[in-house]
Amino acid sequence: MTGYILKRLLSAIPVLLGISVIVFAIMALIPGDPATAILGSYATPENVEKLNRDLGLDQGIVARYFIWLGNMLQGDFGRSFALNRPVLDEVLDRFGATLILAGSSFLLCSLLGIAAGVISAARQYGFADKAITFAVLLGISIPSFFLGMMMILIFAVQLRWFPVSGMWPIYGDRNLPVLLDHLAMPAFALSVVATGVIARLARSAMLEVLRQDFIRTARAKGVNERRVIWRHALRAAMVSIIPILGIQAGFVLSGAVYIEMVFQWPGVGRMLVDAILKRDILLVQGGVVFIAACYVMFNILVDVAQALLDPRIKT
Amino acid sequence: MTAFLKLLARNRLALAGLVMIGIVVLLALLTPLLPLADPDVTRTADRFKPPFSEGALLGTDHLGRDLLSRLLWGTRLSLAMGLAAAIIAATLGSAIGIIAGYFGGRTDNIIMRGVDMLMAFPYILLALAIVAALGPGLMNALIAVAAVNVPFFARNIRGITVGIAHKEFIDAARLAGMRDREIILGEVLPNVLPVIVIAMSTTVGWMILETAGLSFLGLGSQPPQADLGSMLGEARSALITNPHTSIVPGAMILIIVMGINLLGDGIRDALDPRLKSGALSRPMAATTVDRQGAVPAARTDSLLDITGLQTEFHVRDRQYKAVGGVDLHVEKGACLGIIGESGSGKSVTALSVMGLVASPPGVITGGAVHFDGRDIVGAPYEVLRALRGRRVAYIFQDPLATLHPLYRVGDQLIEAIQSHESLPRSAARARAIDLLKSVRIPNVESRIDSYPYEMSGGMRQRVGIAMALANDPDVIIADEPTTALDVTVQAQILSVLSDLRRERGLAIIFITHDFGVVGQLCDSVAVMYAGRIVEQGPTGAVLRNPQHPYTSRLIDCVPTLGGGQRKLAAIPGLPPVVDNLPAGCAFAARCDKAQAECRAGQIDLRPTGPDRRVRCLFPENATEHSI
Repeated sequence: MTGYILKRLLSAIPVLLGISVIVFAIMALIPGDPATAILGSYATPENVEKLNRDLGLDQGIVARYFIWLGNMLQGDFGRSFALNRPVLDEVLDRFGATLILAGSSFLLCSLLGIAAGVISAARQYGFADKAITFAVLLGISIPSFFLGMMMILIFAVQLRWFPVSGMWPIYGDRNLPVLLDHLAMPAFALSVVATGVIARLARSAMLEVLRQDFIRTARAKGVNERRVIWRHALRAAMVSIIPILGIQAGFVLSGAVYIEMVFQWPGVGRMLVDAILKRDILLVQGGVVFIAACYVMFNILVDVAQALLDPRIKT
Repeated sequence: MTAFLKLLARNRLALAGLVMIGIVVLLALLTPLLPLADPDVTRTADRFKPPFSEGALLGTDHLGRDLLSRLLWGTRLSLAMGLAAAIIAATLGSAIGIIAGYFGGRTDNIIMRGVDMLMAFPYILLALAIVAALGPGLMNALIAVAAVNVPFFARNIRGITVGIAHKEFIDAARLAGMRDREIILGEVLPNVLPVIVIAMSTTVGWMILETAGLSFLGLGSQPPQADLGSMLGEARSALITNPHTSIVPGAMILIIVMGINLLGDGIRDALDPRLKSGALSRPMAATTVDRQGAVPAARTDSLLDITGLQTEFHVRDRQYKAVGGVDLHVEKGACLGIIGESGSGKSVTALSVMGLVASPPGVITGGAVHFDGRDIVGAPYEVLRALRGRRVAYIFQDPLATLHPLYRVGDQLIEAIQSHESLPRSAARARAIDLLKSVRIPNVESRIDSYPYEMSGGMRQRVGIAMALANDPDVIIADEPTTALDVTVQAQILSVLSDLRRERGLAIIFITHDFGVVGQLCDSVAVMYAGRIVEQGPTGAVLRNPQHPYTSRLIDCVPTLGGGQRKLAAIPGLPPVVDNLPAGCAFAARCDKAQAECRAGQIDLRPTGPDRRVRCLFPENATEHSI
C-alpha cells in the first residue's frame, strides 16, 4: 500500500505542473501591461518598474513561468497589492474557514447522497424512490446561492433557528457548538447539488450491482435483506461511487465561493471574488493554484480509498 | 424518431419540463413585443413596491424599476448566455474531440492529456481564474463558462469518434482517396452530431446556472443591464426587508433549470434501450408470487415436493412461460438430475424453490413447493430466509460471478454460518476451515483469507460447495456447478459431491445439460423441454432406453469414448420461444416422427413403466443406447 501511495504522489507531480501552466497561461491573457493591471492605474512608475523586474516581465514568457514556479516552490506566491501582505499568508488564513465549510459539506453530501441512492434503489419504483427522485431533481436544479438566501429568510429570519450569517458571533465565545450553529445552514446549502448528483449515481450503481449473481448467492445463503443491500451491494457499488465522490469534492470546494458570499463566510472563495473585483491578480493566481493543488491531493486520497476498498487494484 | 417522440411524450415529467421550458422561451422571445415598462428606468419614489401593486405586477426593486419587465429581459439574457455558452463549448469541444479521436496516436495523446489536466481543476475555480484575467463583464463570463465546459465535450465526443474512426465506411472513404477534412465533415460529423446535441441539451442547464452564478458574484453582466444572476446578486442586500426582489429572479432560474433537467432526463430515458427492456430493474428479496387457481396439495410425503409449478417472466406485455407446470419430488439422501438445453426452464425451476428467481420480471403464477410438508411458495420473507442456506442450499455455476468479489472467501463462509446461527467469529472461522477441508481444498489456513479472484475455477467451485454445506442442509440444489470447469476438475467436484451425499444423507438436485454427469451421480433424472418435463425415470433406465424422441436425440449428442467415428447428431432447429408455445408437443417442430396429432392438444406426462413417465404420443421403446 505504501508503494501505491508513493506512486500516486509521484503521478501528481505532472498534474500539479499542468495546473501551474494552465493558471499561468490564463494570467498571460491579461490584456495590456500586467504590471499596470496588477498595481492598478494609479501605480507610480517606480512601482511598475520594480514589479516588472520582480515578475521578470522584461524576459520571455517561458523564463517568466519558471521564475514564477521557482518562487512558488519556495513558498513565495507574491504580494497582494490590495492587502499589502504576502499572498500565501492571506490564503492560509482564509483556507481554514473554507476547509471547515467544504469539508463538512462534503461529509454531508457523501452520507446523504449515498443513503438516498441506496434507499432509492432498494425501493425502486416505490414511494421512497419516487420521493427521493423528485427531491434530487429539485436539489440539482436549485442554484445554491438562491437556496442559501431562501434558507436565511426562512430559518434565520422567520424561525430564528440559526444565525443569519458569518462564522463566529461578533461578541461571545468561539467554541464548537457556536461554530456548528453557524455552519449548519451554509454547509447544507453547499451540499445540496452534490447530494443530488451522488444520489443519482449511487442509485444507478446499486441497481447495476443488485442484478449481479453474487447478490443472488448472498440471498441464497440466507443473509438478511438489509445486510444484502447495505453490505454486499453497497460495498460493490462503492467501487463506482467513490470516483464520483472525488469529482463532487471539487464541486463543493469551488462552489463554496457562492455560499461564502451569501453567508459572509470568511473563506478563500470570498477572498477570490473580492480580489477579482479589485483586480488583485497575484492574490487570485495564488489562491487558485493553492486550491487546485489541494484538490489534486484530495483526489490522491480518493484513489487510495479506492485501492483499500477493491483488492483487485494492484498496489 | 416518431417512436422516440412517443416515448418522450409518454414520460409525463419530461413533458412537464418541455412545457415549462416552452413557456419560458416563448415569453423571452415575445419580451420586446410585450407592453412592459422600460427595465432600466429608475424611479426612486417607487422603490420596493410589493408584488401585485398598481402598475407593477411583480413589484419594483431597490431603484424602483419594474420587476416583471426586468425579469423577462433578464430571462432573455440568461437564456441567450446559456445557449451561446453551450454552442461555443459544444463546437470547440467537439472539434477537439473529433480531431483527437479521428487522428488517434500522438495527437490524441497530447490533446487528451491537456483535457485531463483541465478536468483536474475544480471547474468554477477555472471560470473564476479566466474572469480574473479578462476582467468582469458579460462577454468575459460567457467565455469563461464556455471554456470550462470544453473539456467535457472534448472527452465525450472523442470517445464516440474513436468508435467510429475504425468502422468500415471510414476505411472505405480513405481508400476512395477522400482527404481527412472531407471524411471528418462528411462522414464523422453527421454520425456524432446526435451525441453532440444530446450532450448540449443536458449541459445547457448547467451553463445557465454557471453564468447566472458569475453574474450573482458581480463578475458577469454589469449594471444597468441585468441577467437573472445579477438581479439576484443586487437583491441580496435587501433580502430580509424585501424578499420578493430575490424570490422573483431566483424562482425563475429554478424553473428554467428544472425544466431543462426534466426534459434532459426524459430524452436520456427515451434513448436508453435498457430502460425499455426492463433490464434496469433490480431483483427483489424474494420472487413475486401471484398464483391463479387452487394451490395443489402435497402428493407425497417427500422431503421436497414440487407440484404443478409455473413460473413466468413478465416483460412489458409479453409473458414468457419459463416453467409451465412441473412436478418433481426428492427423497432424503436421493439425487435427482434435471437435464435440458439452455432455456428449457431447469434453472428457473430450481430457483423458484427458494424464491430466488429475479423478480421483476419473474412471477410464480401457479403450483406449490412443499418442503417438509409445508408449502413455501409465497411464504413470508423471514420464513424463506430461515430456510435458505439452512435447509435448502444452492451451488451455482461460475463462482467468479457468484462469489462476492470484494470479500475474502473465509468471510463469505463465516457469514453463511452466522446468518443462521449466533456463533462467535472464532468458532465460525474454525468451522469454515473444516468446511474447506471437507471439500479438499489444500492449505486451507492460507486459502481462507484469499479473495475469489486469487483462486482457480476449481478451487472457487469448492468454496461454493463448502458454502452450501455450511449449515448442514437437507437439500442441495446444484445449478450446473461443473459446467465452467475442465473435465478433471469436474470429476473431482463430482466425487466430492457424491461422497458428501453418502456421508451426510444429503438430497441433491443436480441441474446439467450433460448426460455423462447425470449417469455418474443421479438415481433418477427428469428431462425438461420448453418449461416442461418430457421424460422422467430412473437414470439407468432412461439412459438405456429413452422413450421421448427428444431424450434420445439428446443422448445421441453425447460423444462416447472409444465409440469410433460415429457422427454426432445435433438436433436441428431451436427450442421454441416460451411466450408463444405451439399447441400440442413443443418438440414437434424438431421431431422427425411428429404426426398431425402431436400438434393438436395437450399431451400429458403418462406412465410407461415402473417409475417411468413420458410426454409423448409415440414413445420409442425399442431403441437401445449404450453409454
